[in-house]
Amino acid sequence: MPLLWLRIALGCYAVGLLYILVALGRASEWANRIALQAAYLGMIFEFVSLVESILPAPQITLAAEHNAEPLLAFFIMVMFMVVYLIYKTTSLGIIVFPLVFLLTFVAATGQERFLSMVPSTRKDWLIVHIALIFFGYAALILSFGASFVYLIQERALKSKRSGGLLSRLPALQVLDDISFRALAVGFPCMTLGLLAGIVVAEASYGRVQYADPKILLSILMWAVYLLLIYTRWTAGWRGRRAAYLATGAFATAIIAWAANYFSAIHGFVRS
Amino acid sequence: MNFQLIGVNHVSAPVEVRERLVVPESEVPNALRKLAQHPGVEEAMILSTCNRVEILTRTSNGAVNLRAFLQDYFPVKLAEYDKHLYELREQEAVRHLFRVASSLDSMIVGEPQILGQVKEAYASARALGAVHSQLDQLLTRSFAVAKRVRTETAIGSSAVSVASVAVELAKKIFGSLHGKHVYLVGAGKMSELAARHLLANGAVSIFVANRTYDRAVQLAEKFNGEAIQFSQLYDTCDRADIVITSTGAPHAIFRREHGELFLNRRKNRPMFFIDIAVPRNVDPELNKLDGIFVYDIDDLQQAVVSHVADRTKEAERAEAIIDVEVQRFQERLQTLNVVPTIVSLQDHLETIRQAEIDRVRGRLGPLTPDQEMVIESLTKGIVNKIMHTPIHTLKTAARESEATTVIDVVKRLFNLEASKAKSGGDSGTGSKR
Repeated sequence: MPLLWLRIALGCYAVGLLYILVALGRASEWANRIALQAAYLGMIFEFVSLVESILPAPQITLAAEHNAEPLLAFFIMVMFMVVYLIYKTTSLGIIVFPLVFLLTFVAATGQERFLSMVPSTRKDWLIVHIALIFFGYAALILSFGASFVYLIQERALKSKRSGGLLSRLPALQVLDDISFRALAVGFPCMTLGLLAGIVVAEASYGRVQYADPKILLSILMWAVYLLLIYTRWTAGWRGRRAAYLATGAFATAIIAWAANYFSAIHGFVRS
Repeated sequence: MNFQLIGVNHVSAPVEVRERLVVPESEVPNALRKLAQHPGVEEAMILSTCNRVEILTRTSNGAVNLRAFLQDYFPVKLAEYDKHLYELREQEAVRHLFRVASSLDSMIVGEPQILGQVKEAYASARALGAVHSQLDQLLTRSFAVAKRVRTETAIGSSAVSVASVAVELAKKIFGSLHGKHVYLVGAGKMSELAARHLLANGAVSIFVANRTYDRAVQLAEKFNGEAIQFSQLYDTCDRADIVITSTGAPHAIFRREHGELFLNRRKNRPMFFIDIAVPRNVDPELNKLDGIFVYDIDDLQQAVVSHVADRTKEAERAEAIIDVEVQRFQERLQTLNVVPTIVSLQDHLETIRQAEIDRVRGRLGPLTPDQEMVIESLTKGIVNKIMHTPIHTLKTAARESEATTVIDVVKRLFNLEASKAKSGGDSGTGSKR
């Protein structure tokens, strides 16, 4: 059943993706509206799928049946909707929609099961750990998306081109706001999530294995995240430089994510 | 429908003519009253703006001499203005009104004020009762058409003056202009205009620096701003988000190193330089810095030109919409034309039916309720069957040019006018107030 909901969500996202491209291609209010509604429906189905697959499990088996990707996709979508509510812009959809679609696609079509090997004694902390870290990821991705659109818009303004797609992108200041606020919300989540992870590790193994690639990369990503916020705060870095840093943080995040496949502790290893 | 329109606009007449024919706002009610008394005028509205003076009426026969009214009303020799006046009737008047309301007939195509002006003219005519029936429908329809044009085409979406392009660009950079500071370097007409536009869009304060300090003070007073000595320019300029330069300096005042300095002081918050001066006051190198955007007069004018071209393209699409709407309005009015005929036809046959039932009622003796019902439904059925074809024909004919002929034929066949006169009903031709 969860897989069915997930596939319906995937269908919704596909529609959303299609129409957001149409809406960006030419000024079309209805295409925008369809994209939003589709994304909204997809988000709900994804949530239902997540609840159905996580709730009955005796222990957290996030890795099983590809629950990780939909969870991340769900968080990204939630943040996207929050941004839409505040700023009334859907242009981040250029980044967000394909990504969410891809994440959901991997989960909805994946046949192989990944086994969870986390015999944790601290289930509550584990939930906190996962939720916070994932929320941090989502914030980072959104910030990256906003920076990316900022770059497009900045280039257009500098080269003195106007009209078409560019006239429909939000103002630089708005994109900058979104990008920074996403970081400002995401960073504390990420920090607390990592701390929660340490608690879980200590409880389960008695110590934290810092040599584990996943943990190393996570700490690296956290450091880049910190650097990103720091440069923005003090030097007001935005635009190109901020976008490069966000790209860096995004890249480490992806590697850290992928490291699940090599990490012993996070147990995403195929059995 | 008998709509008639007479007027002058910015194309047909120069300002010397238009100013003679203008009807000041306070005079409009008076003029409308006189117009209503003019023989044959059933409904009327007067639209008087700086670009046009138009009188739109619905008349009793569609051929009322509106020039005579103009001659009566204005203390001018109308013959001299004859070649500037245009007179439109029926469908052409409808199309003209739709084009005016949709801002297709404006000097700057797509400018948004005209719709408001038409609405005001409508409101004052309506308040006086000068607009009450078909003209009311026409005007209400024109607002809907204007709205449709605005939403379905991009006719009014782009800025078409240097000052408004500057505002549009500032908005693309800063989002909202609220709380943004504007710095005028050099005092000129154009920069003043741009500053005014920026302030109207929410920018808060103005700094003015000029070689001659007195001129700076004057201008600063005008904007409630702050005058700054020219020597202080580089120390104060980082306070501004938007800088407008228009000095007669023969070389660039702002060079790359200044830009770097400002950015440093501003913690990289973006700056927008609008360089209206020729030779340019801002080194184009500045545009290469992250967070600084420089637009010179050519960039702005190019944007204007391309926006105007966009509007022309959109105007063509708008004309197509208006074609459809004129057609639709005509059909609707014609359908309305046949409605009174259909109603009187129904009344007529119903009277006959009732009379016939009453006539035979006595001969039938006492009837059960069931039998009553059978008679009712039998007679009604016959009447409806007979009426079906004529009503259908009337409705179809309404959409074509033969409508009036068909209406006449039906009226004569069933002797409708006569039966109406007997019952003392209103004949349906709009009565004057």
